[in-house]
Amino acid sequence: MMMPVKKMRKVLSLPDSLFHWLTMASALMIIVLMISFFAQLLWYSLPSIREFGWGFVLSQEWDPVRNLYGAAGAIYGTLVTTLIAMLIAAPLSFGIALFLVEFAPPYLSRVLGQAIDLLAAVPSIIYGMWGLFVFVPIMQKHVQPFLADTLGLKALPFFSGPQMGFGLLTSGIILALMILPFISAVMRDVFRMVPPVVKESAYGTGATTWEVTADVTTRYGMQGLLGALFLGLGRAIGETMAVLFIIGHVQQVSFSLFAPGTTISATLANNFAEAEGISKSVLFELGLILLVISFLIQIAAQYWLNKVRRSTGGGL
Amino acid sequence: MDASIKKLFGLSLGLAAGLGAISGLAAETLNGAGATFPAPVYNKWTYNYGQSCGTKINYQSIGSGAGIAQIKAKTVNFGASDEPLAKEEMDKFGLMQFPMLIGGVVPVVNLPGVEPGKLKLSGKLLADIFLGKISKWDDPAIKELNPELKLPSFPVAVVHRSDSSGTTWIFTNYLGKVSEEWAKGPGNGKDVKWPCGVGGQKNPGVANNVLKMAGAIGYVEYTYAVEAKMNCVNLQNKDGKFVAPALENFAASAANADWQNTPGFFMVLTEQPGEKTWPISGVTYILIYKEQASAATAKEMIKYFSWCYTEGAKLASELNYVPLPENVVKMVKDEWKKSLKAEGKQLVE
Repeated sequence: MMMPVKKMRKVLSLPDSLFHWLTMASALMIIVLMISFFAQLLWYSLPSIREFGWGFVLSQEWDPVRNLYGAAGAIYGTLVTTLIAMLIAAPLSFGIALFLVEFAPPYLSRVLGQAIDLLAAVPSIIYGMWGLFVFVPIMQKHVQPFLADTLGLKALPFFSGPQMGFGLLTSGIILALMILPFISAVMRDVFRMVPPVVKESAYGTGATTWEVTADVTTRYGMQGLLGALFLGLGRAIGETMAVLFIIGHVQQVSFSLFAPGTTISATLANNFAEAEGISKSVLFELGLILLVISFLIQIAAQYWLNKVRRSTGGGL
Repeated sequence: MDASIKKLFGLSLGLAAGLGAISGLAAETLNGAGATFPAPVYNKWTYNYGQSCGTKINYQSIGSGAGIAQIKAKTVNFGASDEPLAKEEMDKFGLMQFPMLIGGVVPVVNLPGVEPGKLKLSGKLLADIFLGKISKWDDPAIKELNPELKLPSFPVAVVHRSDSSGTTWIFTNYLGKVSEEWAKGPGNGKDVKWPCGVGGQKNPGVANNVLKMAGAIGYVEYTYAVEAKMNCVNLQNKDGKFVAPALENFAASAANADWQNTPGFFMVLTEQPGEKTWPISGVTYILIYKEQASAATAKEMIKYFSWCYTEGAKLASELNYVPLPENVVKMVKDEWKKSLKAEGKQLVE
């Protein structure tokens, strides 16, 4: 009786181990891809790193004729537009998701939910196009004058300067609109996964809707909510097409949000087709910087999530 | 091996052989890549030529710089560039270049109250505007050239290209020729350190930004100015005459240029002499190897380029591009005779 069993096992184990190796190779490919990406970017940036050193990150200079380059303008624009986008999108998404799960009648929740999923699937170039033809004129004629003159904010350096409709603020808002459905969809799923029994027991102790939301639902899903935010952040920071047309593309660090600026990805998209020699290396170094920024954000996110997990508990 | 698998194997072998036979029968395929500025014409040419002559030509408009890189890497049969290569660089790689089409770069404005085609500017003034030295449209210097116009007191908003492009190269080349301050400052390049203004993405982006902002001035390829019905500026040319951007004036620029004394067709059509000459004209080039590996392919290619100069010329005019003047076409053909070789023999008789 022993023999056939052993034999069967042997027959099974070959495809089994093959399958095992196949899946492992696929997983390893991710590591290889990531490392080779870093290595290649680093290799191609070497001429630029040697030429400009650390000053590259701090310099605003961008003179293609004399081959003098600095990344400060692009890094600044990337961070500022992403920050604006997150400041707008985070609270709005939270509200949207909460309404869909907690307050909306089921039929409305279904319709709105599908609308969000559809919006999340809109390609970013559509946002860019809409931004250029529809939103920039609205910013120029209504929003910027309102902020600067009606609210009198032009005394602040952030809202001063000519109102052209283009620039950091406009790009940040477009980015916010773009990542809004994305974050909302994930947050909605997070809220949905909070077990009803947890909420019901809170209601049972006499808590109001607000209290349940703030102390139970949000706490329970905190990790998931933060995860949603970081997903949105990751999308915003490397976004190219949505900002390419509306940011104005000027390599500078300007405190006015009305001023044109640029982002790392927009700089790459604008220049790589015609780049050669040192300017190509500069673009590779910019790409490397973007990758490093994304990487740092990843690490920070993981660290924060772990901290939150320890302090609040929760199941998601 | 299973019978059905054998059958399938045999079938696929047969299919592969069949496909090979078909592609063997078909005429040559030529691949080209490069400049985006002439792309509308090149695409129309390749389509019409494929229809009438059977030779399939692929043209990928990936940008001049990328086109030069591709021909150097020998991944394409011909490259296309808006910026001429220097003779030394061509010799280093064994390349030759020849002009294919002519186009014009046009300053466009958005000035409410000023009729289209009425505003006159000198080269120096245009450079001063792009240097950010002139802040209002009713500046005395502009008024002096346009006494009959009622110029609004709008602030000047400069719009330039945000991507690096051959158009910017031609435009900044002109500004450098007419203004010493520009030559010493931003200089000449596919992208420069702009002293002021806001960027627009490619020609349509610049056109759109100018159309949207009152008081804006930018520069676009002529085709885009015509299509968007924009307010074009008249410029003072080298002979001191004010000329409007028009196909015949771009052609005048090419016809009056001194091609005889420019080895390798290294011609920049900015600030050329001639009464009718539009001062910011540009040439777009084709790059090929002097030594062609295959005589059959090379002959097909020359046949195609000859077709472009004759049949193609009409199609180009329809799309607002200027075909090369006859005298220059003749020079190109002479150069082919002199320089092109395939399999060790002279290619063009």
